[in-house]
Amino acid sequence: MTETNQPGQANEAGAGAPAPDPAELAGRERLSEQIVRTGMFGVQGTPDTSGYGGLKVRRPPPLSSPRPYGSYFDEVADALGGSLEREGWSFGDAVERVVSDRGELTFHVRRDHLITVAQRLRDDPALAFEIMTGVSGVHYPRDEGRELHAVYHFLSITHNRRVRVEVSVPDADPHIPSLVGVYPANDWHERETWDFFGLIFDGHPSLTRIEMPDDWKGHPQRKDYPLGGIPVEYRGATIPPPDERRAYQ
Amino acid sequence: MSTSADQADTAEGRVYNVSGQDWDEFVAAVDEAGDRTGEERIVVNMGPQHPSTHGVLRLVLTLDGETVTELRPVIGYLHTGIEKNLEYRTWTQGVTFVTRADYLMPIFNETAYCLAVERLLGIEDRIPERANVIRVLMMELNRISSHLGGIGPLGLELGASTVFIYGMREREKVLDLFELIAGLRMNMAFIRPGGVAQDLPSGAIEKLREFLSVMPGKVGEIRALFDAAPAFFARTKGISYLDLEGCMAFGVTGPMLRATGLPWDLRKSQPYCGYETYEFDVPTVKTCDAYGRYRIRMDEIDQSLRIIEQCVDRLAGKRPAHDPVMIEDAKIGWPARLALGPDGLGPAPDHIAHIMGQSMEALIHHFKLVTEGFRVPAGQVYAAIESPRGELGAHVVSDGGTRPFRVHLRDPSFNHLQALPAMAEGGLIADVIPAIASIDPVLGGVDR
Repeated sequence: MTETNQPGQANEAGAGAPAPDPAELAGRERLSEQIVRTGMFGVQGTPDTSGYGGLKVRRPPPLSSPRPYGSYFDEVADALGGSLEREGWSFGDAVERVVSDRGELTFHVRRDHLITVAQRLRDDPALAFEIMTGVSGVHYPRDEGRELHAVYHFLSITHNRRVRVEVSVPDADPHIPSLVGVYPANDWHERETWDFFGLIFDGHPSLTRIEMPDDWKGHPQRKDYPLGGIPVEYRGATIPPPDERRAYQ
Repeated sequence: MSTSADQADTAEGRVYNVSGQDWDEFVAAVDEAGDRTGEERIVVNMGPQHPSTHGVLRLVLTLDGETVTELRPVIGYLHTGIEKNLEYRTWTQGVTFVTRADYLMPIFNETAYCLAVERLLGIEDRIPERANVIRVLMMELNRISSHLGGIGPLGLELGASTVFIYGMREREKVLDLFELIAGLRMNMAFIRPGGVAQDLPSGAIEKLREFLSVMPGKVGEIRALFDAAPAFFARTKGISYLDLEGCMAFGVTGPMLRATGLPWDLRKSQPYCGYETYEFDVPTVKTCDAYGRYRIRMDEIDQSLRIIEQCVDRLAGKRPAHDPVMIEDAKIGWPARLALGPDGLGPAPDHIAHIMGQSMEALIHHFKLVTEGFRVPAGQVYAAIESPRGELGAHVVSDGGTRPFRVHLRDPSFNHLQALPAMAEGGLIADVIPAIASIDPVLGGVDR
C-alpha cells in the first residue's frame, strides 16, 4: 500500500510481460479503487493502538445510479414507470432513486407508494414479479431521519428476474404499509421484522411477535440493542463477551 | 368442597375447571346449564415437544371431531440469535454461525452466505474452478442427506419405521463422507468466502466412487417400500394439497413448487457455482400433494447422484500443477493451508515454518487477516440458491468494515410453514402429520 503505486503503472506492466500473477492483479485492482476514508481503525475504549494499519476505505456504495442501469434493469424501470403512469403516478413520485450495484437493482420507494408499486410489480404482465421472498429490516443509526430500512426482494419466474425495493422511515415514525394484502407470503416476514426492528406494518392482520416471547421488551436486531454475554475465563485469562471485544471498522 | 369440577361465570361465558376424576360431574353440569350446542370443539396444543413436528414447532389446532377447523403454527422456540451474533464476528467467522441455522443443510447455508460475501467483494468470477466443483459436490451430497432426513421421519410418522431406519442408515453414509472431507458430520463451516476450507483428502475420490456405486441400490430399497405402497398412498395422495396459485401466493419454492408441475429450479434458471456446466434434470409431478413431494425428493436424490458423479470425474481428472481451492488473493484468502497433524487438523507445518522462521511480514499478515479479518466494500446484496427445501436467500449488508452490518437468511422452512394452515385446515388431524413432513421444515432454520 505505498503511495507510488499508481493505477497507470499497473496497465503498462501488463503488455509484453509474462502472464501476471492473479493475486498481484487483484491487489492492483484494489489499489486503483477510489479512497474515501483514511486514518485509524475505529478502536475505542482502549489505549491500545495496535489496530493502526494505515486504513484506507475504498469504493462507497453508489447513492444513486445514472442510466443505463445495465442488464435487464432499464427494461424493468421503464415497465414500472409506464405501469405507474397508467395508474396516474409518475415514476419520480413513487421512486426516490434507483441504485444498480453489483449486478442488483434497487428501487428506493417512498412509503406512501409502496403498495402501489408492489401491486404493479405483481400484476403488470411486463413485470410479473409473482413471488415475494420476504422483507428484511436493516437499522442504520447514523442515517438520520431514515434510520429504519425495510428491504423487499421480488422474484419473477415468468421473466427470471429479481428486483429489490427498499423503504426507509425515521425511527420516530416507524410506520410502513403492510404488503400482506398483495403478497400473503409476507405475513410472517413482516411479523419477524416488527419483532426484530420495531417496524410497524400498518394493515397487517396480526402484527405480533414471532421469534421472541410475547412479553419481550425491545427489538433485538436494532443496533442500539446490546448483544449481551458474559466474560469467559480460560486458563487464568478472561475473554470478554463478543460485543466488548475490540472491533475494527 | 362442592364438586371438583368448579365453575364460574365470567365475561367470556361460563368457565369450567376440570381437574381430573371429575368428567361425569363436568358433563352433568354442562347438561344442566344447557351449554351443549351439539358441536364439540377441542383446542389441542400439538408441540412444541412432539416427535412429528421436526423440532420445536407448536401447532394450536381447533378440532371439530377429527377435522381440523383452524391451525395456527407457533414458532420461535429455537431462536438463537444467529443473525445478531454475526454482526459481532468477522466475515469468515460468520460461516460458523450460518451453518448452524438449518442444521440439516449446513453446506447450503454456508454457500448462500459465501456467495453473498463474494458478490459484495466483487470476486465472484475469481473463485477457483476446483473450489466450485467441491462446493457443488458438497451441496449435492448435502441435498441427499437432507432429503433422506426428510423422507425417513415421514415414514416413521406414518408408522413405517423401516423406512426411517433405511433413511437414517443411508444418510449416515453421506455424513461419513462429510466427516472424511470436512472433518465434521454437521456444521462443518467448510465453504469459506473465496473458496473452501481445504482440498479433498487422499482417498476421498475412492470413497466417493464407492458411495456412488452403493447408493442407487439403497435408494431403490426405500422406493420399493414407498413408491407404490397402498397404505402410503392412503396417507399421502391428495393430502396437504397446495396448487401453483397457492405456492405463488405463499412464496413457496423447492420440491413443493415442483410438485405442482412448474420446473423452477435456481440451479437451472439462475445458475451459480457452475451448475450450468452439469447435466441434470429437474423432476416435476403435477399432483400438488404430499405424495408428489415425496416423489420429487426421491427423484432429486437420483439427479444429485448424477451431479456428484460428474463432480468426481472432474476432481479425479488430471490436475494442473497449480490448482488452488481458495482465491488467489492474499488480502482475502486464508493464508494457512490446513494439514492433518498428530493432534488433528491444523495449519500446515511448512506454513508455520514460513511465518515463524522466515518472514516477519508473513507472520504479521497472517495475524492481521486471522484476528481482524478482511474489509468488505459497503453495499448490500441478495444471493439465492436452490436448497433442498426451496429458495434459500442471504441478504447481506456491509458498511465497509470487517464485520457484517446485517445478515438475514431467507429460510425456505420459515416461509413454507405459513402455508401449513392452507394445506391442513379442513382435513383430518391425522393428515396434519404428513402435511408437516411434506414441507420438511427444520426449526433451526425457521427460528435461526
